[in-house]
Amino acid sequence: MQFDSFSAFLDMGGYGFYVWLSFGISTALILALIFNSIYAHKQVIKNIAIRQQRENKLRELRSQRNKTQTNTPKEVI
Amino acid sequence: MWKWLHPYANPEVSYHLTGRIIPWFSALTILFLSIGLIWALAFAPADYQQGDSFRIFYIHVPAASLSMGIYLGMAIAAFTSLVWQFKLADASAAAMAPVGAIFTAIALITGSAWGKPMWGTWWIWDARLTSELILLFLYLGVIALHNAFEDKALAGKAAGILTLVGVINLPIIKYSVEWWNTLHQGSTVSNLGKPSMSVEMLWPFVFCFLGFALLVGTIVCIRFRSEILIRNSIRPWVKALALEKSLSNNALENK
Repeated sequence: MQFDSFSAFLDMGGYGFYVWLSFGISTALILALIFNSIYAHKQVIKNIAIRQQRENKLRELRSQRNKTQTNTPKEVI
Repeated sequence: MWKWLHPYANPEVSYHLTGRIIPWFSALTILFLSIGLIWALAFAPADYQQGDSFRIFYIHVPAASLSMGIYLGMAIAAFTSLVWQFKLADASAAAMAPVGAIFTAIALITGSAWGKPMWGTWWIWDARLTSELILLFLYLGVIALHNAFEDKALAGKAAGILTLVGVINLPIIKYSVEWWNTLHQGSTVSNLGKPSMSVEMLWPFVFCFLGFALLVGTIVCIRFRSEILIRNSIRPWVKALALEKSLSNNALENK
């Protein structure tokens, strides 16, 4: 251990402000990057799923419409 | 070799492979970074000239060399993608750009906070600092180009060309401290045979550097997986995976 006390550790031999500024900003930027990456990944999956569900619904509707059309008698058309 | 490499060119295989790698990488990152940073902050001896301000070194140097390393990786990926039309290379280049930008910003900010007590100024327009700032702008340009086009292949091509043009900046950053008279000190660790640093100072650096490198690996893997999904969103395996994931998430939320 290079420091005698916790306050000496925080003081960093008079350079505390600069050292902790560097470590603080670096930690904040890295955490922001990690959370952004994880959030973006979840968002990508969610968007693909939403689009897929919409497509499935459209396909169902279309196939139902096709069925009702085939059931109508041909003379009417 | 091509036969062995071929399965990894498959997006689905790469997606699942990186998924399996991430837990290992993140565990190793936490291990190395906690050892390295605690060692660097509390146990490494103070510099005889710079006192305790030199502890900034343990973030500044890994961040700066990784900012260049990531750029080199991105350039290799861009080259592969432009020459061989290898789509996963585009995805990996797009995954690396934001990580590189953050590490460049960290290198600049910590350098600034180190420069203030040592040189008496937050910023000076000297060769090393200016070329590193240009690296940040190159990263931002590459990110902007990746997001500027709806068509990801076109975006990858545009960003790839900018990346390759920007490679010229890497040797300029590396040798700026030798070519020009600058305030920035020369390299202390890269002479691998005989680093001009004492061993008690060097070991924590090795841990910090490996920790940050593993951190970059982890984040790039996470972003790479997102890029794979975006580029393959109409493939059946992606659709099935997305539906399955969102269903399990909904089930958790409804509980």
